[in-house]
Amino acid sequence: MRKMELKDIEVWDGNMAASHAMRQVQIDVVAAYPITPSTPIVENYATFLANDYVEGEFVMVESEHAAMSGCVGASAAGGRVATATSSQGFALMVETLYQASGMRLPIILNVVNRALAAPLNVNGDHSDMYLGRDSGWIQLDAYNPQDAYDLNFIAFKVSEDHDVRLPCMVHQDGFMTSHTAMGVKTLQDDIAYNFVGDFKPMNDMLDLDNPVTHGVQTEEDWHFEHKARQQNDLMTKVYPKLQAAFNEFEELTGRKYSMVETYNMEEAEVAVVCMGTSVKTAIEVSNELNAKGIKAGVVGIRVIRPWPFEKIAEVFKDIKAIGALDRSAPHGTVGMLFNELAGSLINSDSNAVLNNYIYGLGGRDLTKKHIYSIYEDLLANAKAGKLTTATQQYIGTRGPKLEFL
Amino acid sequence: MQDNGWNDFEIGSLLRSFNGKAENIATTLQEDRNYSNSNSFTASVADWRIEKPVFNKDFCIDCQFCWVYCPDISIISRDKKMIGIDMDHCKGCGICVEVCPTNPKSLLMYGEHEDEESILAAWPSKDKEKK
Repeated sequence: MRKMELKDIEVWDGNMAASHAMRQVQIDVVAAYPITPSTPIVENYATFLANDYVEGEFVMVESEHAAMSGCVGASAAGGRVATATSSQGFALMVETLYQASGMRLPIILNVVNRALAAPLNVNGDHSDMYLGRDSGWIQLDAYNPQDAYDLNFIAFKVSEDHDVRLPCMVHQDGFMTSHTAMGVKTLQDDIAYNFVGDFKPMNDMLDLDNPVTHGVQTEEDWHFEHKARQQNDLMTKVYPKLQAAFNEFEELTGRKYSMVETYNMEEAEVAVVCMGTSVKTAIEVSNELNAKGIKAGVVGIRVIRPWPFEKIAEVFKDIKAIGALDRSAPHGTVGMLFNELAGSLINSDSNAVLNNYIYGLGGRDLTKKHIYSIYEDLLANAKAGKLTTATQQYIGTRGPKLEFL
Repeated sequence: MQDNGWNDFEIGSLLRSFNGKAENIATTLQEDRNYSNSNSFTASVADWRIEKPVFNKDFCIDCQFCWVYCPDISIISRDKKMIGIDMDHCKGCGICVEVCPTNPKSLLMYGEHEDEESILAAWPSKDKEKK
C-alpha cells in the first residue's frame, strides 16, 4: 500500500476533502451508488483504492438502499465503513439509516446536501439533512471544504468509540461546498490515521468464536428498551466524546470546532442562526454591522443531532432577538431550527424574540442583502421586545411576500 | 431476559447464540452445545404445526434423504441412522414424507392430535402397483 505526500495546503473542493479523509482513515468497505453532487467522494475513493492507496473493498450496488444495506452488513461484520450520498439517494436510504443506528453500527455517511424533488433539482439545500434528523444518527455540519475534511476525522473517532457506537453523518452544502475549491490545510497520512486510530471491532460477525445475531426482531416486549438505550446514549454519551475529540483535534491542528459555533456573539443583542455555507455569508454581514457599532452576531449549528440544548441556552442567554434561518421547506409548520431553538429556550431565562426565515431552496442564493434585511427585522424585534414581523417569512422567492403566523 | 431494563441489554439489539465461546461446534452434537436462551434451538415452535410427520422405523433404510432435505434441521440422525424427529422445531411441511423412497413410506403425515400408537398399528402396507 502506498502513502500520499500531501502539501500543507491542498486546493480541494469539499468532495475531494472528504474522500482524502476517507483514504487516510483506511476504510475497509465502501458500498456506494452515485448521485449528484456527492458522486466524486466515492469516485475519488475508488481511484485511491485502484491505485493502491487504500486496502479495502469498493462494492458497487444497484441503489442507495443497497449501498447503506451493504454498509450495514460490512459494519456488522466488523469493518470500518463509510459511504456518501445526496438528496433522492438519501431519501432512498432512509429505511436503512434507521437499521444502522438501531444496530449501533458506526458507519460514516457523507451527505452532500441537495434539494428533494419535486420539482427535481440538483442544487443545495438542507432538505435531505432535515429528512435524516430523526434517524438516530449523529449529524455534523461542515461549512466549507476544510470543515468537511476535519469533521470526517471527528466523525470516525466519536462514532467508533465503544461507548458511542452510533453512526454519523457529515453534511456539506451541495456545489457551494462540494464543488467549490479552497486551500485546505492537510494532515499527513500517518498523523490523520493515528488521530482516529485502529478500528476496534465490537460484537462483530466475523468473531466466529462468539456468534451473534444482528438485525433481530423485537416486539412490544423489548423494542422500547432498545430505543430507550439508543436515546440515552445519544443524549448522554455523545456530547462529552465530541467535546473531547474537538479538543484533541485542536491540540493536533490548531483548528477549533464547537458544538455551537459563535461569531461576534460576546456583545451581541441580536443573532441569526444558520448552517452550511450561509454561516460565512452571515459572518461577513455581521462583521460589517459590528464595524458600524451594531451588535449583531451569528450562530452556526455544528452538531445537529444530538441537538446541543445546553450550549444553545448558554449562547443565547443575553440575546434579545433571534432569527432562525432554515434552508428546507417546512411543509406545514415552522422550520426545524425555529422549533429546536424554541424548545431549547422555552424553559430557560431567555426572553428572546424568535422568528423564522425560509431561504435558499433548490440552490437559490442567500445574499448579503437578505441578511441585512433579516438583521433589520431582528433589531426592530429587539427594540420592541416582541415580534414586529410574521413568525415565518420566505425570503428570496419571487411573487407577493410570503409570510405566516 | 424478559425482565431486563433498557440498561441491561447489550447495545445494537443483538442476540448471542451461545453462553460463552462456541468452540468445536461442528463436532459437538446439538443437544450438547451451550446454546443460550436467545438461540432458537431452545425455543419450541411446535405450535406452528397443523400436521405432524410420524416415523415408522420398520421400513426405514437410513438413506438420509429426509435428513438432507429437512429445511429445519429437524430430522435427528446419529451415525447415519435415522432415530426420530425434533418435534420442537418441525413445522410439519411434509418434505421428509415427499422424499422418503421406501414402499410403504417410513414417514407419513397425520393430524397433530392423532395417536402415534394407533397410527403405527394401522400403517399402510406395500403398494403393489409401484415398482
